[in-house]
Amino acid sequence: MTHNQNRSTIIRAAIVFLALILIGKLFYLQVISDKYAEKAARLSIRAVIEFPDRGLITDRNGEIIVFNEDAHDLVVHFPFNRKNFPIEDFCRLVNMTEAEVEEKIKIANDSRFNQKGLFIKNISAQDFARIQEGLFKFPQFSIESRSDRKYKHNVAAHTLGYVAEISRYELERDKEEYYDIGENIGKSGLERYYESLLRGQKGKQFFLKDNTGKLKERYKEGSNDVKGAVGKELKISLDVLLQEYGEKLIAGKTGSVVAIEPSTGEILAMVTSPGYKPDMFAIKNLGKNYTALATDKDKPLINRATTSTYPPGSTFKVIMSLIGLQEGVINTNTRYSCNGGFHIGGLTVRCHAHAPMPDVTYAITTSCNAFYCNTYREILHQDRFENIEEGYNNWKGYLNRMGLGMQLGTDISGEKPGNVPNADYFHKIHGHNKWNYVRIISMSIGQGELLLTPMQMANLAAMVANRGYFYTPHFIRGQQIPEAFTSKHEVGVENRHFTTVVEGMRNVMLNGTGAYVQIPGIDICGKTGTVQNPHGENHSIFIAFAPKDNPKIAIATVVENAGYGSTWAAPICTLMIEKYINRDTVSQRPELEKKMMETAIPK
Amino acid sequence: MDGVTLLLYLILVFCGFLAIYSSSHGSSNFSFDFSTQYGKQLVWIAVSITLGAVLFLIDVRFFEVFSYAVFGFWIILLILVIFLGKDVNGARSWFAIGSFRLQPAEFAKFGVALALARYVSDIDTDMKSRRYQLITAGIILLPIALIVLQGDAGSGLVFFSFIMVLYREGLSGTVLLIGIVAVALSVLTFAFGFLALVAALIIVGGIITAFIYTNTKWLKYLWLIVLVCIGFTKSVDFGFTHVLQEHQQKRILVMLGLLEDPQGLGYNVNQSKIAIGSGGFWGKGFLQGTQTKGDFVPEQHTDFIFTSIGEEFGWVGSTVVIIVFVLLFLRISMLAERQRSKFSRVYAYCVLSVLFFHFLINIAMTINLAPVIGIPLPFFSYGGSSLISFTVLLFLLLRLDANRENELDSYY
Repeated sequence: MTHNQNRSTIIRAAIVFLALILIGKLFYLQVISDKYAEKAARLSIRAVIEFPDRGLITDRNGEIIVFNEDAHDLVVHFPFNRKNFPIEDFCRLVNMTEAEVEEKIKIANDSRFNQKGLFIKNISAQDFARIQEGLFKFPQFSIESRSDRKYKHNVAAHTLGYVAEISRYELERDKEEYYDIGENIGKSGLERYYESLLRGQKGKQFFLKDNTGKLKERYKEGSNDVKGAVGKELKISLDVLLQEYGEKLIAGKTGSVVAIEPSTGEILAMVTSPGYKPDMFAIKNLGKNYTALATDKDKPLINRATTSTYPPGSTFKVIMSLIGLQEGVINTNTRYSCNGGFHIGGLTVRCHAHAPMPDVTYAITTSCNAFYCNTYREILHQDRFENIEEGYNNWKGYLNRMGLGMQLGTDISGEKPGNVPNADYFHKIHGHNKWNYVRIISMSIGQGELLLTPMQMANLAAMVANRGYFYTPHFIRGQQIPEAFTSKHEVGVENRHFTTVVEGMRNVMLNGTGAYVQIPGIDICGKTGTVQNPHGENHSIFIAFAPKDNPKIAIATVVENAGYGSTWAAPICTLMIEKYINRDTVSQRPELEKKMMETAIPK
Repeated sequence: MDGVTLLLYLILVFCGFLAIYSSSHGSSNFSFDFSTQYGKQLVWIAVSITLGAVLFLIDVRFFEVFSYAVFGFWIILLILVIFLGKDVNGARSWFAIGSFRLQPAEFAKFGVALALARYVSDIDTDMKSRRYQLITAGIILLPIALIVLQGDAGSGLVFFSFIMVLYREGLSGTVLLIGIVAVALSVLTFAFGFLALVAALIIVGGIITAFIYTNTKWLKYLWLIVLVCIGFTKSVDFGFTHVLQEHQQKRILVMLGLLEDPQGLGYNVNQSKIAIGSGGFWGKGFLQGTQTKGDFVPEQHTDFIFTSIGEEFGWVGSTVVIIVFVLLFLRISMLAERQRSKFSRVYAYCVLSVLFFHFLINIAMTINLAPVIGIPLPFFSYGGSSLISFTVLLFLLLRLDANRENELDSYY
């Protein structure tokens, strides 16, 4: 019957239909879905990693500061193949019981990343050779090396930063997918900023492996392999001897010293106190030291040089002088009277005793407050300004150009910008344009809302040393310096105005507030500052550069709760200047040196 | 002799050899080593073709005459292997004599094909009778029962493919429909459980009632069907929980995607999907399959031989192989229809059903469309028993076909 012959057609159709279903699902698995290719690679390909040494860090004279020590970890690869795992032999090799081994495998599995987990961290040197020899029997395990940091000079902890094991958080955010579990990464300071330079490039060789984990031949004959490269040396501008000296001088006190080479913006020293030694954060010590340091009430972990802000006090008079001269509201002959201070209405800004009617040079030398109160009025209320906002913004413009109220952009992170309020801030308090210089007079003498970091203060000193410009302070040295660090920042004050101001600063050391810390033989130019501190003793501040002509170093020191600027900050500055310029000779003021190093000033 | 079929057969055997060569680590230097799997497979290929050729020397009528004898012979061996066979993975389905192994279940398919062809085409058989239905059922079910007793239920399932033959010869389409519904209900029962299914059946019945409530006759039939379905569901549920062994239960659940067991029972299929899936569009290249080379797929030379093709030749290669198979099946179907004798036609459909069922289920298994039952992919999977039995099965058809001019037209 033909009816049965139709069935043959039905059968054929069913065969074709079912075959199409197979082809369809295959298409989904092989072409559309890409997770199988990934899974296959994870199972059958192993990357054998070659770890490069991390780059050394050297100072401006080529002296090695940070170098490396090899460390080795025993890692375990997942999925863990149990079939070919002679566990008793393994236990003997690593000196553990079966239970311990199982436990460690479980822990490694729970915390693994990609396919690796840490089995033993930091194999000791004795065990390393022995274990490495016997490891061939256990393809599920391998040894991976890394560089731990060692310090030839145990200084500049905050600047250098530290290196530690990469955290889970960082692993998940690693967009380049460069890092693996257990690897080191720079966590702070220069180690972090220049991480890609210092870490080099891991070499990767890809091997095929079978289902027991044993490595077989090269995958694709090595055409996917990545060639490794050693970490590059980081040459920095720090002078390690100067840094060590500075750390000794400021020990026992709270504060900071920053020294810059004005002609390049290179940072010669960056000292902060209280602090810590970098080897306290070496990987084997990090665990036990971190909590103690992080919870220490004196906060040794913060880098006061870039993150603590202070009113500049009288050191700011240098800047006010320059602005006044540039604006033309004062000149070298301008004099203001000072009767024990500046009086307006019911307000008095006190001043200490000095010769009457100071001109600008003398006002700097003797640090007269009244002179600057007057000058501020002249700067802010010029005829060409329609309102106080215009006048204020004009003045603020100078400060911004000098790098105040903003981050300078140096090459360690965490820099604070300090504070230079904008006009709106005062509008809100006093009413829109309903205020004048009297309301903000404290800023004329470097108090009030004005806040600077020690690095910004040192940068100002460098700017004055250069007679009108500065380079962004930075640490990196050598070739390939980014343009940001080699471009000149002009502040908009003409060269000729600096003569007067520098003269004033020289006189500070000869017969002014800094006279007793003068170092014979070096033409130091400086300015003291004694900053009122509502919470305790005044802060002691000093900025300086030397020599007066062709300056080699610009420096700023802040010592908290230490009283007069001339008592503590100035000696430290001048001693460091001497150390830098006279180098190997012993200080000419040994008793001063001794006093600095041995005195502690509690907060 | 039909050259097209022979050609398709040789293509498949060659592809199968490549797959075995790759999965048993043939090196690119093509040095032949007969102690390896691919070496042995080459021997089996030679033996199979020789035996196939020998068939052409035997008189055609020999097979028709001795159909029942051949059938009976393999039935006896199926019984004997339960007692004398070697225990392999909990099943006794192999005879082992020295290094020589024989699996009667493979050859029993040949016996059933002959017996079924003989009985259905016998001039005395009344296809409308109850007796016919019982005997055809018996020919198919007897080996299934024996193989289940051996402990290898998976291999037994292939015999259900013979239903296709009966369908072609007049088995009511309704029966087939009932069969498909039964399978669907079973799968749903595994997935959702007895109670859920009863609820679903009652709800569906209720909905249909709303449409046909005026017609009391249909209403009666409807609820009768619902009742039967419920009863069937109950027995399936009972069978699943109390008759099936735990690993068989798990296999079904894994396949349905209800149970994830990538390290245990799901492991083989998981590795298979990974190997095949990673082949991409063009494949990784002959002998370049990372999963094949690394021995990641268990049973790769037998049940999962298709993974070697999938990984190394990609979707393109897999589809080509499937197309060659389908061409073979369509060709056999064409040969079947042009036979003059009923015996030959029925036999041809037996060949088609056996080969197609193995092909479909084996490949579906590698991509998780069917539960893992250990059946080989014809002409690909390693092993003498399966290769010889499939070759003999096919070549006898060629023999019969070559002889068709001499046959008397049969009464349809």
